[in-house]
Amino acid sequence: MINIRRLVTPELQQRYNRQGRILGLVGGVLLIIAPFLPWAYSSDALDNMTVLGYPSPLQFFGLALGVIISAFLVLQQALTQRQKKRVRVGWVPGAKAAATGALIYIALILLSIAAELGGLVNIVYGGWIALVGALLAFIGTRLIPAGRTPTLAAATAPAPLEILAIAVMMAAALFAAAFALNHDDAGSFVTFIAFVGAVVAVMIRSGVMGWLSAVSQRYRKVLIFSAFVVAFMFPFTQGGSDANMSIATQVMIFAATAMGLNIVVGLAGLLDLGYIAFLGAGAFVAAILSRSAFSTVGFHPPFIVVVLISGTVAATLGLIIGSPTLRVSGDYLAIVTLAFGEIFRISMNNLDGTDGPLLTRGSNGIPAIPDLVLFGFNFAQRHELLGIPLGRFSNYYFLLLLVLGLIILVFTRLNNSRIGRGWVAIREDEKAAEAMGVNVFGLKLFAFAGGAFLAGVAGSVKAHQDISVTPDQYVFLESAFLLAAIVLGGMGTVLGVLVGATLLKLMPEKLRFVNEYRLLIFGLLLVLMMRFRPEGLIPNQRRQLEFHEEDEELAERISEEIAETGTVKGAT
Amino acid sequence: MLEVKNLQVAYGRVRAVKGISFTVEQGQVVTLVGTNGAGKTTTLKTISGLLRPEAGEIWFEGKRIDSTPAHEVVTRGLAHSPEGRRIFPRLTVEDNLRLGAFARKDKAGVAKDLQRVFNLFEILQARRDQPAGTFSGGEQQMLAIGRAMMSRPKLLMLDEPSMGLSPLMMQRIMSTITELKSEGVTILLVEQNAQAALSLADYGYVLEVGKIVLQDSGKNLLVDEAVRKAYLGED
Repeated sequence: MINIRRLVTPELQQRYNRQGRILGLVGGVLLIIAPFLPWAYSSDALDNMTVLGYPSPLQFFGLALGVIISAFLVLQQALTQRQKKRVRVGWVPGAKAAATGALIYIALILLSIAAELGGLVNIVYGGWIALVGALLAFIGTRLIPAGRTPTLAAATAPAPLEILAIAVMMAAALFAAAFALNHDDAGSFVTFIAFVGAVVAVMIRSGVMGWLSAVSQRYRKVLIFSAFVVAFMFPFTQGGSDANMSIATQVMIFAATAMGLNIVVGLAGLLDLGYIAFLGAGAFVAAILSRSAFSTVGFHPPFIVVVLISGTVAATLGLIIGSPTLRVSGDYLAIVTLAFGEIFRISMNNLDGTDGPLLTRGSNGIPAIPDLVLFGFNFAQRHELLGIPLGRFSNYYFLLLLVLGLIILVFTRLNNSRIGRGWVAIREDEKAAEAMGVNVFGLKLFAFAGGAFLAGVAGSVKAHQDISVTPDQYVFLESAFLLAAIVLGGMGTVLGVLVGATLLKLMPEKLRFVNEYRLLIFGLLLVLMMRFRPEGLIPNQRRQLEFHEEDEELAERISEEIAETGTVKGAT
Repeated sequence: MLEVKNLQVAYGRVRAVKGISFTVEQGQVVTLVGTNGAGKTTTLKTISGLLRPEAGEIWFEGKRIDSTPAHEVVTRGLAHSPEGRRIFPRLTVEDNLRLGAFARKDKAGVAKDLQRVFNLFEILQARRDQPAGTFSGGEQQMLAIGRAMMSRPKLLMLDEPSMGLSPLMMQRIMSTITELKSEGVTILLVEQNAQAALSLADYGYVLEVGKIVLQDSGKNLLVDEAVRKAYLGED
């Protein structure tokens, strides 16, 4: 692997600092000019990139990155003196991230044009200029010394301004989600994700993200409320179309299940490889107790009761699996849960009336599960709110939002409780925790059964939303994806796991070509993550220490940050 | 306060403790000294419920505790500062200390005891927000003792608190134990450093391969010829 930091030595940076600045600025300006020029011969590729003087949205994002690069470089020069003060903005690191992001972004756009129109010849001069600009900016910014780490996180602004920042951040998230989902072709989707990644990288490097997370710490309630509002508003951006809402509900179920597993894996540190079976147990219970014509029992309680029964059945299964295995070391639990997942699937296949009692109708499962009717609200019907039509999937989306909110609430409550501290101690040193009076077995069992309960609850909603429940929906691969979402996003965090779950569920839905190779791509992604960022996209800072123990600088920085903000971040 | 009767503990077929009996009275500092493998750590682990005895009884404040789970032993008022300190390296000092009080539910009392530990070890207060793994061995030992104190134990069991420390740091730790003793804390101290342990203990037991071979007051053992030969490096 080529290590750029080793290739471009500090001496080299000292020598070519000036040239680097000029090069970076030229690149940035080229990136600003290029979007006004045509990039492609045909308007079929991505969004329309053939017009002179009128940038398409995707071209406009390239322009934005160009503005960031140039502005950061200019501002760094202009504000060097003032930066000696308490607050230090990471202008240069930000510009570097923007340039790297721009290079990847432009390259992806050009590749998409070539792929969609058939060959590189379809790229017009504007595209090449953009690529040259991005390359110059990349090389140029690499030649500038990074300077000291930004301390923007310590800055404070007047309260209305900080709350406004949270609102803007949330609005941007809503816009990004709607934009990404409304672009159906793979090229636009991938390039847009790359742009979002670049912007996030710039924000992290320049210290803006640190500031935002410090602000979020100060106004937690505002943050949670606005996040909920944004999630609530999402269906209203879809104009009654069910296409994206169907994906969104899938994402919600996946995210809710991943959050439940996050309690088991991320908080209690128990490796559960068969978690999907608990979701399946909840779904099957809900299906069997529903008023479906194929239901195999005569007992059909109202849905609220079904939810509790589903959760309880799943939790009971968790207790049965957990109580013998949680006493021994972690590896056994992984093996037993792996086996349990398989046993569950096979059992569901066999409860078909010939190999076993008639309960699940075997591999056919239970179809024709009716839509929910809660308090007179029929989930099958279209409803209209403020003149905006909301279809069937939107109804389920709102219900799942509630379920997800509940699971997140449980997660954060547990994380910040005495029980949460006990879990941390168990993860760190089980024997020492025991000597401290932590009921190790009890806490593990609680996490295991509690996680199973939440999965059962999510499963009961999933049964109605999916209309049919079959055993082959609950295979080991699904458990593996849940784990991958947690590892990818950041174990033990709320935001990380939400991001991880969204990415993992959204990508195969949006990119058909990914769907075919999704195992290959996810495998590759996980290997790369383990190599370069084992703590996940959005790490829990305490965990970051676990993975970078030899990194004293990081330890120092984190303890500084903890001293400044008074809390451990990342567990938001 | 603590009475151990004919305790036998085995790891599989290897018997580490072969029937020992001793008592600790309220307010005393009692020490178990002996070489590596004498069974000192095993004895402590068994008392705190981390290991189960093969035979024998352990009585604490008139109740038998040899089959009580470890987390309940702590609530009974027995704290164990384990061998090798075993602090939680990635947690902050404060989190470590608060974990020591895990079994307690009286918030005000915990806050008070936290302050008490900080008064005892000022360095811990100064670094309360630092990850404990960044500390020196001596500081970690202070943290381990402080953590054990956080459960407000009736009996504090310290396993090799001087292990791997510089002579200066060892002195500091030993004077802390003396300080705790003067505050009336009952302490069961396990040490390889017999000289240091015996000079502050009211009573001492000398262990050899799982058996008690000698017992007397700390003062007497300190001048005992056999002890001086075997453990204090004198001819």
